[in-house]
Amino acid sequence: MTAALLETHALSKHFGALAAARQIDFRLDAGARHALIGPNGAGKTTFINLLTGVLRPSEGRILLKGQDVTNVAEANRVKLGIARTFQINRLFRGLSVLENVYIAVSERIGAASTMVAPAGRRPDVIEESMHLLDTLNLQDDAQLRISELPYGRQRLVEIAIALGLKPEVLLLDEPAAGVPSAESHIILNAIDELPKHIGVLIIDHDMDLVFRFAQRITVMVQGAVFAEGTPKEIGANADVRAVYLGQASHG
Amino acid sequence: MSATAAPSGLTGPALELSEHPAARMLIGRHRLRWWEPTPWILAIAFYFAFPSYLGFGTDLLITILFALSLDLALGYAGILTLGHAAFFGAGAYTVGLLAFNGVWSEPITSLILAAVVAAVVGFASGLVLLRTTGLTLLMLTLCTMLLLEEGANMAHEYTGGFDGLPSLSIPPIFGIFEFNPLYPHTQYIYSLVVLFVGFLLVRALIYSPFGQSLTGIRENMLRMHAVGSPVRWRLVTCYTISAAIAGVAGGLWAQTNAYVNLTTLSLDRAATVFIILILGGYGRLYGAFVGAVAYMVLSHFLARVYPTAWQLGLGLLLVVIALFARNGILGISESLWRRIQTMRRPS
Repeated sequence: MTAALLETHALSKHFGALAAARQIDFRLDAGARHALIGPNGAGKTTFINLLTGVLRPSEGRILLKGQDVTNVAEANRVKLGIARTFQINRLFRGLSVLENVYIAVSERIGAASTMVAPAGRRPDVIEESMHLLDTLNLQDDAQLRISELPYGRQRLVEIAIALGLKPEVLLLDEPAAGVPSAESHIILNAIDELPKHIGVLIIDHDMDLVFRFAQRITVMVQGAVFAEGTPKEIGANADVRAVYLGQASHG
Repeated sequence: MSATAAPSGLTGPALELSEHPAARMLIGRHRLRWWEPTPWILAIAFYFAFPSYLGFGTDLLITILFALSLDLALGYAGILTLGHAAFFGAGAYTVGLLAFNGVWSEPITSLILAAVVAAVVGFASGLVLLRTTGLTLLMLTLCTMLLLEEGANMAHEYTGGFDGLPSLSIPPIFGIFEFNPLYPHTQYIYSLVVLFVGFLLVRALIYSPFGQSLTGIRENMLRMHAVGSPVRWRLVTCYTISAAIAGVAGGLWAQTNAYVNLTTLSLDRAATVFIILILGGYGRLYGAFVGAVAYMVLSHFLARVYPTAWQLGLGLLLVVIALFARNGILGISESLWRRIQTMRRPS
């Protein structure tokens, strides 16, 4: 078996007595469409924070293309190809949509440390940012400030910033959270159109989205992997239905 | 979607994208606008119109430079500091000590030395302090400045303590233009030129990709980590440059006043420049100019009319600004301008 794009071995995180992640073995392949589900407090966001380096694990290892990145700082993991979006928008609210993406692209290209030449004289960065907005159907909003955008479009900018980093691994933390149902199709379309070679891990509560999107599903409960399989297997798993799907269908 | 998007290869769509209003705005952002020469024209007009106020004018120019250095750190990078006089004082004492002890007093190279010393202080303190943010950072920058002030006070053998270092002799610039305390023409022009150079530097920085990343840090530091930005390194770099410019302002102050004292390191000075920036509008480049002019002219005339209670007027103004105009005088003018523009536009 070839090395996975991203894998974890016995990854654990303790906050005092609380085990937010327990012995997680996980594998994400290039081009994968993988979903992570679980009830509230199952440790899904903790797991994302461990993968991106926001948190350091108490035990275990994280490998990116076979290379141990367990102790690599957050910003450096981005350079290695791991990008994420946030459950709650973390955008540059006072700046335009284009500037938001410009910041991400210029960091990736290495233009962001340029001090003397103006930002406007980097047509490469501007072109690429505009193209990205174009592919996400955000070009008409490019000059608007984030604070002037409807919430659903702000969620798209989250994705645009992450894509500006040209990731190999993309972690989407509840991309459609808080988006009114009338707008949620724009997020779903954007997810459908993600570049095929990227390994995507999505966390979401929306079962329609998860079952439409995922080729594999991992179910987490109380910090540990409870079940893993294809959507069919997970849908047919009586234990999973008991702990999770049964509840979710009411909400 | 798939029918309209053809992003690869052709120059056609690429050209269209760069002509998009958002792209055009970003491409042309750094270009000189028609009104930008105004402050410099006014400053030169001031020289001829008010020859008896040139001492005041010199002080004003130095304050603008100092406020500009704070704007880079506070307004653009969002570094919340109440201790910026630490660098002003570091620059002032560098010039003062060198000149007082007869080591070195040539004005322009002295300013460069002041910049270097202030930058070293900024780099060293920034390396430690910029791990923190918000109120913690505010308190720590304040403490650093007060420590320096007390240090300068206790080392009175060298610094003259509370009395400072009087009657520095500063040689003429290029050996020609003399500093005359009674007719400060040279001081004024000299300060204006230094301010202009400092302004060009700050202006270039804020419109650069580096400046854009500073704005990103101000707007959302956590997101900047998540786009792979070396946030702390950027902040330390910005803080060091800001400190160097503040040091130049302090050095200028020492040279044009021909003395140094503890007020250069005081909370009073740090708080004043902070207020000036809030008053003018921070993160706006010209806020430093507008704020310094408004503050200094107002305090000058209020002090003349109400010698005992002039600070009350400034206090009231600041309360009004804090309540109704968070973005300062420039913020008010910008929103007025926008309102006029939308009224003019036929619907």
